[in-house]
Amino acid sequence: MSQSSSPVEFRVPPVDAVALETRAAALGTRSIKRAAKISGLKLAVAMMDLTTLEGQDSPGKVRQLCQKAKRPLPARDEVPSCAAVCVYPDLVPEAVAAVAGSGVAVASVATGFPAGRIDRAFKLREVERAVADGASEIDMVIDRGAFLSGRYGEVYDEICAVKAACGAAHLKVILETGELKTYDNVRRACRIALLAGADFLKTSTGKVSPASTRPVVLLMLEAVRDHYLETGTIVGVKAAGGIRTSKDALRYLVLVNETCGDLWMTPKYFRFGASSLLNDVLMQLEKERTGRYQRPVDFSAD
Amino acid sequence: MTLPVAKTYKHYIGGKFPRSESGRAFQPSGNPDINVTRGSRKDLREAVLAARKGLASWSGATSYLRGQILYRIAEMLESRREAMQAELRLGGATAAEARKELDAAIALTVWYAGLSDKLQTLLGSQNEVQGPFFAFSTVEPTGVIGVVAPDGPALTGLLALVLPVLVGGNAVIAVPSASAPFAGLALGEVCASSDVPGGALNIVAGQRAELAPQLAAHRDVDGLFVAGKPDAELTAAGADNLKRTRFCTLPAKDWRDPKLLRALSWVEPFVEVKALWHPVAP
Repeated sequence: MSQSSSPVEFRVPPVDAVALETRAAALGTRSIKRAAKISGLKLAVAMMDLTTLEGQDSPGKVRQLCQKAKRPLPARDEVPSCAAVCVYPDLVPEAVAAVAGSGVAVASVATGFPAGRIDRAFKLREVERAVADGASEIDMVIDRGAFLSGRYGEVYDEICAVKAACGAAHLKVILETGELKTYDNVRRACRIALLAGADFLKTSTGKVSPASTRPVVLLMLEAVRDHYLETGTIVGVKAAGGIRTSKDALRYLVLVNETCGDLWMTPKYFRFGASSLLNDVLMQLEKERTGRYQRPVDFSAD
Repeated sequence: MTLPVAKTYKHYIGGKFPRSESGRAFQPSGNPDINVTRGSRKDLREAVLAARKGLASWSGATSYLRGQILYRIAEMLESRREAMQAELRLGGATAAEARKELDAAIALTVWYAGLSDKLQTLLGSQNEVQGPFFAFSTVEPTGVIGVVAPDGPALTGLLALVLPVLVGGNAVIAVPSASAPFAGLALGEVCASSDVPGGALNIVAGQRAELAPQLAAHRDVDGLFVAGKPDAELTAAGADNLKRTRFCTLPAKDWRDPKLLRALSWVEPFVEVKALWHPVAP
């Protein structure tokens, strides 16, 4: 074990996996009637971090994505803007210029996304640069190598250091739950991130399968709820990766409402990290408005 | 002693045999033990999603392969003669009618199988143009097409509308006869063992009055081929996304005659003509 400045041990009670999965599944079957569905879908749009994290990303693609985030459905005023766009650090200036004045935030992944296997000095430098370029939210990845070898203190220290480098920017800590393998690990990672001062817990990078699953998000919501009861601090949760349909999004919102309640039902404390989800939600909203099932070609790709 | 196994007739969607999400069933034969799943708006929605996926593989196949697969459908109908005739009799046909209708269905399928790789020749052209260019007209599938079969005959009525649409490379969502859906649904079992890609042909059983308007209103359905007299409401609903809507009215006896059902003019509405220009090599 490496030396750590952490004053605490990261002990967590074990997770009852069967109960967790049963509850997540049970909440997924809840029937949601029309009016609640429509407002839920609009809320999902407002909670969305519209994301593009690909090697092929270009300034043009980012500008297009920003336009979509500002006005997801140009002809319909009642459809809100997305919460943020999420891009790689080098494209932050492009995104900041494109969303200027719209209220849409710019989130940047950082700390050697998605693997996080670079020297800590580079990680901090990347964060500082993204913040200096105007990113108001930083999505960092935890060091899964250190975590899985039991060097929890190292993970904690790194989150603390990144948090300090963020300054005023919000810090989202990506646990990459698909690589943590067990629910106990997820609960421990949540604990570490919460103690280290994360503003948001985020499930996944979207590059590892499984990405976001409902039991894992339920577990994370319980962690932030318990943290709130313990400390009075509200930490958000971001479900990212693998959420593609409106139905899925609504099921996640049920989890949030049932686990954490109204306080979290806002873009300030719950987010979806997604790209293809937005069009499916828009198609559903248009279906509810017109009574006709929509076709994908009528909705812009970015 | 043999244990009787009652068959529940299910949809054929995306290569699978699901029940309706609505949980409903109906008993078209009048026998309360023979249940047919009754399709809903949401079943059609699932079928359209499946058809969109199926369209990619079906339209991407060569016309030669599509012809072989259609021929395979005829082979499967042939090897399931007993079962198919039983389904037709369940729908109210006499033994002689069932045999005759199956013969007609097989003949019709073989004809369309043969047509497949001749379509470009028959519907496309090389056009004379002013200048040093070749100009070709080629045909491409329209996309996802809804088919509403006549109430009878159960099998040839369905195939007569489905085959011309399939042969053009389109994916199909078909609503079989409501009073005798058995043979139409058994066609799903035939397709499932004929290399027809999942989703290229989907069969959703149910009431025509409930399903046809939903097919017409769905914006991701590109065309509608309906047996019966022109219906202004269906046409109007389909116009919302410029759906290619066609109706065909035939006397009941003509739906049984394979010679009258072989119609290139039923293929034409559901293909799009694309013009290609190519410079003449010096």
